[in-house]
Amino acid sequence: MENLGKSVMVGEDRLDILDGVSFAVNPGETVAVLGSSGSGKSTLLGLIAGLDTPTAGTVRIAGQDLFALDEDGRAALRGRGMGFVFQSFQLLPDLSALDNVMLPLELAGLADARERARAQLARVGLGQRERHRPNQLSGGEQQRVALARAFAVAPSLLLADEPTGNLDGHTGAQVIELMLALNREQGATLIVVTHDPALAGLCGRQLRLEGGRLA
Amino acid sequence: MSDFRLALRLMAREWQTGEIRILLAVIALAVASLTAVSFFADRVRISLTQEANVLLAADLVLSADRPIGPTFAAEARRRGLAVAHTTTFLSMAQGRDQARLAGIKAASAGYPLRGRLRIADAPYGADRPAEGLPGPGQAWVDARLAGELGLRPGSRVTVGARALTVSAILSHEGERGGNFMALAPRLLMNESDLAATGLVQEGSRITWRLLLAGEPAALTGFRAWAEPHLARGQKLEGLRDARPELRDTLDKAERYLGLAALLAVVLAAAAAQTILRRYVARHFDQFALLRCFGGSRKRLFRLYLLQFAGLGLLAGLLGSGLGLLVQQVLTTLLGDTLHLSLAPPSWWPFVIGTLAGLVLVLAFSLPAMLRLAEVPALRVLRRDLGPPRTGHLAAHGIGLAVVAGLLFWQAGDARLGLIVVGGLAAAGLAAALLIRILLIPLAILADRLPPAPRLGLLALRRRGWETTVQVMALSLGLLALLLLTLVRDDLLNAWHDKIPADAPNRFAINIQPDQVAPIRAWLLAHGVADAQLYPMVRGRLTAINGRPLDPKAYEEERARHLAEREFNLSALAELPSDNKITAGQWWQNGEADVFSVEDGIAKTLAIRLGDALTFDAGGLPLTGRVSSLRKVEWDSFRVNFFVVAPPGALDGLQASYITAFRLPTGHGGVLAEMVSAWPNITLIDVDAVMTEIRTLMSRVSQAVQVVFLFSLAVGLLVLASALYARRDERAREIGVWRTLGASRKTVRIALAVEFAVLGLLSGAVAAGAASTLSWLLAERVFELPHAIDPVIWLAGLAGGLGLVMAVGLMATRGLLDAPPLQALRAGEQ
Repeated sequence: MENLGKSVMVGEDRLDILDGVSFAVNPGETVAVLGSSGSGKSTLLGLIAGLDTPTAGTVRIAGQDLFALDEDGRAALRGRGMGFVFQSFQLLPDLSALDNVMLPLELAGLADARERARAQLARVGLGQRERHRPNQLSGGEQQRVALARAFAVAPSLLLADEPTGNLDGHTGAQVIELMLALNREQGATLIVVTHDPALAGLCGRQLRLEGGRLA
Repeated sequence: MSDFRLALRLMAREWQTGEIRILLAVIALAVASLTAVSFFADRVRISLTQEANVLLAADLVLSADRPIGPTFAAEARRRGLAVAHTTTFLSMAQGRDQARLAGIKAASAGYPLRGRLRIADAPYGADRPAEGLPGPGQAWVDARLAGELGLRPGSRVTVGARALTVSAILSHEGERGGNFMALAPRLLMNESDLAATGLVQEGSRITWRLLLAGEPAALTGFRAWAEPHLARGQKLEGLRDARPELRDTLDKAERYLGLAALLAVVLAAAAAQTILRRYVARHFDQFALLRCFGGSRKRLFRLYLLQFAGLGLLAGLLGSGLGLLVQQVLTTLLGDTLHLSLAPPSWWPFVIGTLAGLVLVLAFSLPAMLRLAEVPALRVLRRDLGPPRTGHLAAHGIGLAVVAGLLFWQAGDARLGLIVVGGLAAAGLAAALLIRILLIPLAILADRLPPAPRLGLLALRRRGWETTVQVMALSLGLLALLLLTLVRDDLLNAWHDKIPADAPNRFAINIQPDQVAPIRAWLLAHGVADAQLYPMVRGRLTAINGRPLDPKAYEEERARHLAEREFNLSALAELPSDNKITAGQWWQNGEADVFSVEDGIAKTLAIRLGDALTFDAGGLPLTGRVSSLRKVEWDSFRVNFFVVAPPGALDGLQASYITAFRLPTGHGGVLAEMVSAWPNITLIDVDAVMTEIRTLMSRVSQAVQVVFLFSLAVGLLVLASALYARRDERAREIGVWRTLGASRKTVRIALAVEFAVLGLLSGAVAAGAASTLSWLLAERVFELPHAIDPVIWLAGLAGGLGLVMAVGLMATRGLLDAPPLQALRAGEQ
């Protein structure tokens, strides 16, 4: 992340959401970005994923300037090496657990999408629930399906946005444990955005974002 | 995995969700109605033409003034057409002690190819369908000839040198009518006796006809082949050429069927639009996720396109199949009521229906898909982000253009298409504007209302654009329903009034000038007060603007024929009540050397207002300038002429007189008195023809009503889908209301108020548009008298209110019973 900035115009006024954020993350490292609501955490994550464009600075992934690519180039990069875990799970309500996990695999054109998805669901302990729809699963189970989906593509970079934000403390802890275990198994780089100090404490490094700047 | 397989798999997965099944069902139903209407209209059209062709005894007739060579019949048989011959001429029929001029017709086996003759054992006796024709040596005579010559079955009658035995009284011969000049009393004989009469000789005034019937394609093919082979004096005639008084009825019926099918397209489009909009909106999340997982915009667009194409094709196939089935069931059910033996359906509507499904889905998903492509991937992090609200004007344009194309194609009539497309577009814009304006006072009104209705009104205002789109869709459905009802009623009434109860049922021709006064007095004495006797002169058009007329210069066969034949010219002081001036002016007193020409013939012969026409009337030239063009209602059963001149113009030319009058049926004795007083005049009975036309009209109107029912069903479907389309948002909204403490009663009142206002707005827009459009259609397309009916407003408002409330409350019924938490959860997802 090099001098990353994002501002929006609110009427006549310029609102800086992120301002001059610079840091580097090494392969295999686990980094937590802490901050209160409105500190710019999610915006930062969106920029790292290339889902949004910065107004200043850039993001380099393995030397590749993310914003030198166009939208589709960034999408391809995401498809090749990124996994996502969201606060609101982002499971498609009409698809079964298995179908949700299969979706990115199919999009990547993998022939063994079903087998891989099954294996991942079994790994997160939901092998028996693969035909269930999200509304038939508890919050914790839904997030485990989301973890299976994120790790199914064997990402080199996993981005997690408040993964425990919608879960109670106990379930949250289980999900974090699982996420970190999977991450260790696959040796992926993990950047997790959270306001949960307990989760942050389990990561190798903590960064604190305040008013759009690194504290 | 190929994108095609992935698209299939995504669609198969969607299948389990149910929503896609509803989408498929709605579009398939819309296509079904479209194809059912098309199938039915197609079959009714073919059948009506065939039914009407009974009056021609064939589908196509080649007539000639000399024997027709065998090549035509051979070619017709080669094309699978049924063939028969007739030979007709005027000749004296000799009874036991008197003779009478009769129209002799010698027919070959198979005659008539369409319809059946009816015969009786005594004049005016109970009749029955005839099997075949009179055998060799036999004749069938009509009641008039039988009466005049005192003939009964078993009597002898001689035609030329051949003596025949009367074997039946011919009570019904569909083919008669139309050309009144040809209608002398009839004697029908077998073709095998023709030579023995000795009447067929060089120079005899005989009409030879080759009658053809069969598949429309074969007929069209034959017509195309035959036209270049026609010799002078030969002409090909379909019903529309031969029977102008029926042409109008058939044309109008076809246009109405076209309109019904057209509105089915509009309604199918509206249904597709409402449901696809919602479907695509529900896929924003999926799209954002797929973008997040690395799908490029282009690839995702392709994936969705493939899915929609598959869906459209499937819906098209299902819908067409269903349409075929529905019309089959309907035909079976209604076959007896309609008294129509419907022609088998062609496969064309099936192909069209399938394509229509594909085109509808693609055209209407395209704007939504383009919107989808603009859903930012960031939506996965920020749910509030969506695509731009306005969407793509150009993409909407494509959708509308496709529908407009479908409409024009379906209309088969540029004017009808233009009025409907233009009218609907204008109505849509007016609706959007009106609603935007009306929502302002509604919001002010809301502030003064108790909480429950206030909630309902505010919900409408909050979703300004949604409300607008919804009202537009609803008004479209209502508009179609109103329009079809109105135009149908206009048509039915006009047809009903078409042959007025006092229409003449007798024509008398060949009246000599010195008989005019006594015949008028005789008619007056028999209760015919206002009998008009028109002078009539036969004349051939020889020059236009001094240039000799060259029949060969006309491309159209009908024009060539008209340029060769003699017209009946007449002189009139007043414009007849069933004529309408379309260009120029009717003459003033004293105006001379002018003509008024029927606009159809003027168009065919390229005669314009102001042209100088020269006629050869019995060797004498008759010239004048065209001072007006007239539209003539040929089906009014009054005396009419192609060309008329002012009084006095025909003085000095050899004229006879013609009149038409009404005598109650069963006054045979009175007519016999007239015939014996003036033996030279020919009396023509048109009661039979009128009965046939009335029957035809009533069948057409029954068919029209059935087609109307189809369109009604789709209209209701559109209303329902427009209301069901918002079920999700409504579920969430009701969840919030209920969570905040609104009782079920409050919610119910709020919903009722919302639906009532929606219904009234839609009804008002639909009524306004329907009255304008029906007036335009009546005036410009159907050429029917039309009065703006205030009932339409009542029907529109009441219909809108009732239908929208009924369907709306039904669509939200389950939502009220669901626990609020469930509704909120559903909303979240």
